[in-house]
Formats: sequence, C-alpha cells, structure tokens
Amino acid sequence: MTPIESSAPRRWKKPPFIANPLVRYGILIVAAAYLIWAFGSLPFNWARISEGVPRAARIFSGGFPPNFDRFELLLTGFKESFQIAILATLLGVLLSIPFAVMAARNIAPMPIYLVGRAIIIVSRSFHPVIVAILFVAAVGFGPLAGILTLTLYSIGFVGKLLAEEIEEIDWGQVEAMRASGAGYLATLFYAVFPQILPRQIGLSMYQLDSNLRASAVVGIVGAGGIGGTLMNAFGRYDYDFAFAILLVIIAVILLSEGISGWVRKKIW
Amino acid sequence: MLEIKNLVKRYGHSEPVLKGLDLKVEGNSVVSIVGASGAGKSTMLRCINRLVEPTSGSITLNGVELVHLKGAELRLARRKIGMVFQGFNLLDRLTVMENVLAGRLGYVNLFQAISRRYPQEDIDRAFHLMERVGIAHYANKRADELSGGERQRVGVVRALMQEPDVLLADEPTASLDPRTSEQIMVLLQSLASELSLPVLINIHNVAQAKTYTERIVGLRHGKMIFDGEPAAFNKDALDEIYGGIEAPDGDITAEPAASETTHDAH
Repeated sequence: MTPIESSAPRRWKKPPFIANPLVRYGILIVAAAYLIWAFGSLPFNWARISEGVPRAARIFSGGFPPNFDRFELLLTGFKESFQIAILATLLGVLLSIPFAVMAARNIAPMPIYLVGRAIIIVSRSFHPVIVAILFVAAVGFGPLAGILTLTLYSIGFVGKLLAEEIEEIDWGQVEAMRASGAGYLATLFYAVFPQILPRQIGLSMYQLDSNLRASAVVGIVGAGGIGGTLMNAFGRYDYDFAFAILLVIIAVILLSEGISGWVRKKIW
Repeated sequence: MLEIKNLVKRYGHSEPVLKGLDLKVEGNSVVSIVGASGAGKSTMLRCINRLVEPTSGSITLNGVELVHLKGAELRLARRKIGMVFQGFNLLDRLTVMENVLAGRLGYVNLFQAISRRYPQEDIDRAFHLMERVGIAHYANKRADELSGGERQRVGVVRALMQEPDVLLADEPTASLDPRTSEQIMVLLQSLASELSLPVLINIHNVAQAKTYTERIVGLRHGKMIFDGEPAAFNKDALDEIYGGIEAPDGDITAEPAASETTHDAH
C-alpha cells in the first residue's frame, strides 16, 4: 500500500436527518410557531396561579411533619392494595398466556389471531383509571373493582409483549416437535412455553410492580386500597396523614422495584 | 419402503422448486442427496414429513399415501418419520432427557407429556439409545450446555425414539466441525444397519456422501440428474450437479480420513 498523502484534508460531516434544507428548517419554524401559539392561546389565569402558590405552600407545610398516628388505617389500606395488586397480577398473567397465544401470528390461525389482537387492543386502549371508573359503576366501590381493573390492565400489557415474544421464538423447535407427530398443545408446552418462560417471569415481576403503583391510583376513584385512604385524608384536610401515606407509597415502590430488578437479573 | 412419484413443489407462482421427482428407497439403505444450495434438497425432504406442502405428486411410506393426510392422520404418519435437522432444533431450555422423550410426543397423551410421566418402556428405550450414542450421562443436563456434536446426537436419538420407518437428515453435519461431522455420519450409517432403517441424508460434502452412504442422488434445479452408487459418482456427475453454480464443499478426490473417526461415541 502507498503511504497516505498529506494533501488537503478531506472533510466529513454527519449527513442531516432530513436531507432537504427547506423541509428541515420549515419543520423547526412550524414547531416553534405552534409552541408560541399554544402557550398564547391556552387560558392561563395568572391571578389564580399566583393565589395558588401560597395555598400549595400551606398544604405542603401542613404535611410536615408527616403523621403516622393512624398507623393501623395506613396498614389496612396497604394490605388491601397489596391484595389487589397480587391477585390482579396472578389472574392477569395467567389469563394473558392464552390471549398471547391467540394473538401470535405464527402459531394462531387468522380468525383466532384477529380475536386475540382485538382483546389485547381493547384492554390496552383505556388508562386503568378510566377502566376503574367503569368497574366501580358496575360492581360498586371496593377492592373487587380494583382487581378487575388491574387484571384487565395486566392482560393487555403482558399479553401484548408475550405475543410479540412468541412471534420471535426459534421456529426450528416447533418444526422439530411437529415433525415428531406432536399435537398442537404438546408443541406449545414443549417448544413454545419454555422459550418464553424467562420473559414471562420478568414481565410478571414488572407487572406486580406496576400493579402496585396503579392500585394506589385506582383507589382514588373508589376501587379500594391505599388510594381510597389517601383520598379520604385529603378530603379531611389531614395533610400530615396524607403525606405519611405518600412517603410509605414511595418506600413500597422503591422496595418492589429493587426486588423485581433483582429477580429479573437472576433469570435469563 | 418410501416411494416418491412425480413430486412437484412450487412456491406461489414462481418456477417450481421440485419438477417431478421420482425416488424409491428400500430396506436399510443410506441414501445421500447432493446438490447446490437451492437445488431442492431440503424442500424434498420436508415434503416427505409435510413440513412443506407438496404442490402435486405422490409420496407413500409403506403403502400409506402421505400427501393428502390431515390432522390426526398426519400426526400418526409423522411419528413414523424421524427427522434430524441442520441446526439440531433441540428444546434448548429443557434437559437432554426431555428432548429425547419429546420424540415420543406422538404416542403419549397431553397429560403424560406435560407432567413428564412417560411410560417405563419409553424411559428404558431413551436410556438405551442415549447409551448407544454416548450421551446417557448428560440426561439431566440442559440441552444448550452440550457441544455441537453432542447436540446432534441428542437430535438423532430424539428422532429414533419415534421408532421411525424412515429417517430424514437435513444437512445433519453442516453446523459441525469436520471431525465431528464425520462421527455423526458414521453414527447414522451404523444406526441404519443396526435398526434396519432407511436413511435419507441431505449433504453438501460430496466426499462424505461417497464414503458413508451407499447411494447418491444428485439434484439440480429441482430435477434428479444422478442416481447411483458412490463409485459411479465421478467428476462428470459432479460437474453436472454443481457446474456453473458454485464450488462443492468437498473435493471429490479427497477421501475423509476414516481411520480415526470410525469409532464413534463411547
């Protein structure tokens, strides 16, 4: 090879994401114009905001120091939240398996696939709070509404990700089972489920974590658990108790995140 | 006896991959099928156990027509056809024993399959075959912990667990190093005579085909252009099969060093 000539250095710049400069700068200008218009046209009531700041300060100062006197009430609320989260996770994760199988294009025939996808899309289309409002209206206040809400939420989330996992399995194993004359269900149990098991356990841990958070939120609209306790504390201006509840929620979430992270690292 | 008559396979509206193949395999003969990539070797093998749907033609195994079977009948027919794959296709996260017993899935019911309560004869047969190929001590190891050659032995034993009437091997040695692949060829050859089982082997390595099988079938563009004994497979036949497409993997003049590798397993 000839040595590199030290002539004029060749220049290099990363090519822009959008090649056409007109489009590139046009998009930037449109985005900036929209932001200015949006902020200008939304009804910000500055008088109300300035009034609200000291009120917020009063609420927060009312929260200090947090009051753990009604510890038992707090414990009851959390116990119920845990029950809701654990039951909903178990139910949701178990039910998500058949729906995921139905919604996996590679192992489900077309009509079944469409039904499976539809179920997953529907259960994913609403935020748990909206679903909780519906279930509270349907089955009344209390933990049952919470369990139903979070079960549906879990089916949607775990089912979707599991279906995608099934679509990406090593197909050779399925072919080998078919070639040996195994039936559909035997093939599922031998060639499909072992391949998605690590993902399934990881997702279940994540879902438990997520249901624990969500169980506090859906409690606010009357679906039982610590959310209800929190709402009552706010309603009675017990800001110190409310603050105590918030602190415990943070602690519980941190703890569950730590545990689920550790478990997910243990399986591969 | 396996008999293929006028087998045609066409994907969509493109040119057929198989253009009217005829093949008859009897007794415990080991047949190797050679041909360049895309010649239709794999498609032909997969048509036999219907992993690929034939477009037309007839395939009979011991008098049973396989082409139009559906559902339970297809499963019953498939369990009499063992298959060994290029990529082994083992159930990686399950144990070697579970992989071997999976060869019985066509025979046991769903409860037995899920609870792993296989009949005692199956377990005896599994240990017997695993000892024969030298993997019995791995019974409780996970399949993905084994080396390539060991994994293919598991694949072979799994296929034999089906008590097949014919064994299909789709490039069984292509993922293995040269020495291990010769061990697997020796194993297939000796198992065929021990169990008096006809074996069809798709293979790229012409030298191995000549050494370890007693009949060579050459495919090109979906047609059979050679069918005969290894001795008759000369330079002309090789050129006809691979000529103008690609160089064959093995040199026709080179015979593999069989002295060291004939003692397989143990």
